[in-house]
Amino acid sequence: MPEFKKYTIGALVTNKSGVLTRISGLFTRRGFNIESISAGQSEDPNLTRLTIVLIGDEYSLYQMIKQMDKLEDVKKVGCANELDCVYRDMMLVKVKALPEVRTQIIEINEIYKAKTVDLSPDTMILEITGDPDKLDAFLNVIKPYGILEMHRTGVTALARGSHTLRDRDCYGDHVNKVV
Amino acid sequence: MKLQGADILIKCLEEQGVDTIFGYPGGAVLDIYDALYRNGKIKHVLTAHEQGAAHAADGYARTTGKVGVCFATSGPGATNLVTGIATAYSDSVPLVAVTGNVGAGFLGRDSFQEVDIVGITIPITKHNFIVKDVSELADVIRAAFKIAMSGRKGPVLVDILKNVQTDYCEYEPVVPEPCEPLPVAEERLKTIAETLNASKKPVIMAGGGVIAADAAPLLKEFAEKLDCPVSYTLMGKGAIPDDDPLCLGMIGMHGTVASAKALIAADTVIALGARFSDRVALDRDRFTNGKTLIHIDIDNAEIDKNVKSDIHLMADVGETLKTLIPMLETKERKDWRVKVEAFKKENAAKKDVSTRAYAIISAASALAPEGSTLVTDVGQHQMWAAQHYKSVLPRRFCSSGGLGTMGYGLGAAIGAAFGTGKLSVLITGDGCFGMNMNELMTAASENVPIVILLMNNGVLGMVRQWQKIFYSRRFSQTTLSRRIDYVKYAESVGAKGILLGMEDDVQTTLSGAFAQAEAEHIPVLVDCRISPDENVLPMIKPGETYDMQIEKMEEN
Repeated sequence: MPEFKKYTIGALVTNKSGVLTRISGLFTRRGFNIESISAGQSEDPNLTRLTIVLIGDEYSLYQMIKQMDKLEDVKKVGCANELDCVYRDMMLVKVKALPEVRTQIIEINEIYKAKTVDLSPDTMILEITGDPDKLDAFLNVIKPYGILEMHRTGVTALARGSHTLRDRDCYGDHVNKVV
Repeated sequence: MKLQGADILIKCLEEQGVDTIFGYPGGAVLDIYDALYRNGKIKHVLTAHEQGAAHAADGYARTTGKVGVCFATSGPGATNLVTGIATAYSDSVPLVAVTGNVGAGFLGRDSFQEVDIVGITIPITKHNFIVKDVSELADVIRAAFKIAMSGRKGPVLVDILKNVQTDYCEYEPVVPEPCEPLPVAEERLKTIAETLNASKKPVIMAGGGVIAADAAPLLKEFAEKLDCPVSYTLMGKGAIPDDDPLCLGMIGMHGTVASAKALIAADTVIALGARFSDRVALDRDRFTNGKTLIHIDIDNAEIDKNVKSDIHLMADVGETLKTLIPMLETKERKDWRVKVEAFKKENAAKKDVSTRAYAIISAASALAPEGSTLVTDVGQHQMWAAQHYKSVLPRRFCSSGGLGTMGYGLGAAIGAAFGTGKLSVLITGDGCFGMNMNELMTAASENVPIVILLMNNGVLGMVRQWQKIFYSRRFSQTTLSRRIDYVKYAESVGAKGILLGMEDDVQTTLSGAFAQAEAEHIPVLVDCRISPDENVLPMIKPGETYDMQIEKMEEN
């Protein structure tokens, strides 16, 4: 059986309408199992930065990178797994917080370096940023208080040091490696 | 100079050297058709249906090596192109499909004949564009041609809003730059050369990439220097002449006995511009079975997609062979050639030449004038054509290989005739012909010389063959109880129709058909009656291996 792992893929794509449709359509039609996609501004106003988390084996990783590389709108794509990267995920959680449990929640916040960004008589909104494991752990502790709604942005990643995605070879670039 | 969008489009097509367009007008392309009318230099072929236009542009592109161009209006005009675009995408055929759309003020309001054709064609184009501003139009058209022709070729769609067609913008002519081929990684070629030099029993598998790269002469040189037999995939038909001593014939589900035996016996396989579709790889995990596989393809994503290779190179086949051939030692592989000769003899002995299909197709192959194009539809007749039609030159074979589009043939035959200025030979079946037989009107009114060999067995032969093998002969909906008289139909649209009954002389009828099509520049349809129980053999069942070739089928 092929080994299924989580792979983090970074991509720079043209900042135009419809580009995400092209990319997400590719994932659906080729059957890639995507855990998260986060899209946002990059250093170049003409390009959008994507971080995609793929759950799959090496075959699907190579196929996904190579198929993405064929899209006109994808300018750079590479896998971040073998690099030393900073991974960050952000989450807002609205939790039930009657006065008697408020201090407990604030204590948990302190330990996880989360922030209280809204307080109402019976709810709180908590904001936390960190690597995905930390967010999972935080969520586990907060869950018993009653989560009303939450939103995670999905992982974003940058390689440490002078490596950049533009500098393809340095970014664990499977596309070039295969050639 | 300031021009209207529609005129800019036509100017840009002229920049690209477009001489023929296949299409169908409508409300959202009125301005484009008006510009075409005023221009008067580009030939426009008015088809019966937009699907026919897309297939014709495809046939034109496959035979000329240039980009095929088709026009359609918004909404249903655009959706009618879809099957043609998908066919071209599957077979890496460069097309530029231009559609009109409603004006900006009507977009997104479910207006009359509005459809999101860009959204619909994302999965079946290399790229597509919607032009909402006339200032972008010229560059988009230029980019569309460049994308269609660069790397692995394919279709591009450009959707132009109605207001863009009438808006004015400054236009400056631009001379298109030629597409530069990818540089070839020489280090990797060294390894490939060493592996080939060391191999004792190599086989070359030539795919559609050899045709797309116009590399047939290089393939011959390569095979001769290596003293290595060549199998071709359906898409590679024409890459090597069938009578070449090194040619093994087609490989795949209905490939030759010689190709299968040589593949099993080989120690090294070099695949040139082939993608190991399930109709070729069959059991993809056991295709190579211990042999060394060298895979060369222009599309990186094809490498290790279906069959895992040992050495691979992402490159143009032509550029690769140019560099690789001087690195090879001239070899004489006597033992291997003796074996291969034995396979070829076995192949010849096992080939069933008693069928009516064989008689008709081999006669057509011999009678077809030099430079004519063989076009097929999809199904039994397609495989018979691939097996028995021997006189195919590079870029003189059009068939829907990847998508398997029934109804492809007639449109493609028209496009091929316009592309080559020569006769097309269309081998089709009664099932396929029924799908787009309206285009016979186009062929007749445009005086297109086509010899149509309609293999009329009254059934959907290939599906029926599968029902025999896999469904205990339960012939569900594969018997065509049609009352059509094809001869009368042909005559009614201004073409010529001839009946070739089961007992009639093939040679006499076909030579008459060819002579008439050539002399009168008209389509000649030959209604060839054949038995519904002629099968396509040999056959390997899907997912099985090359040693499981079925050579005979019991009838009744």
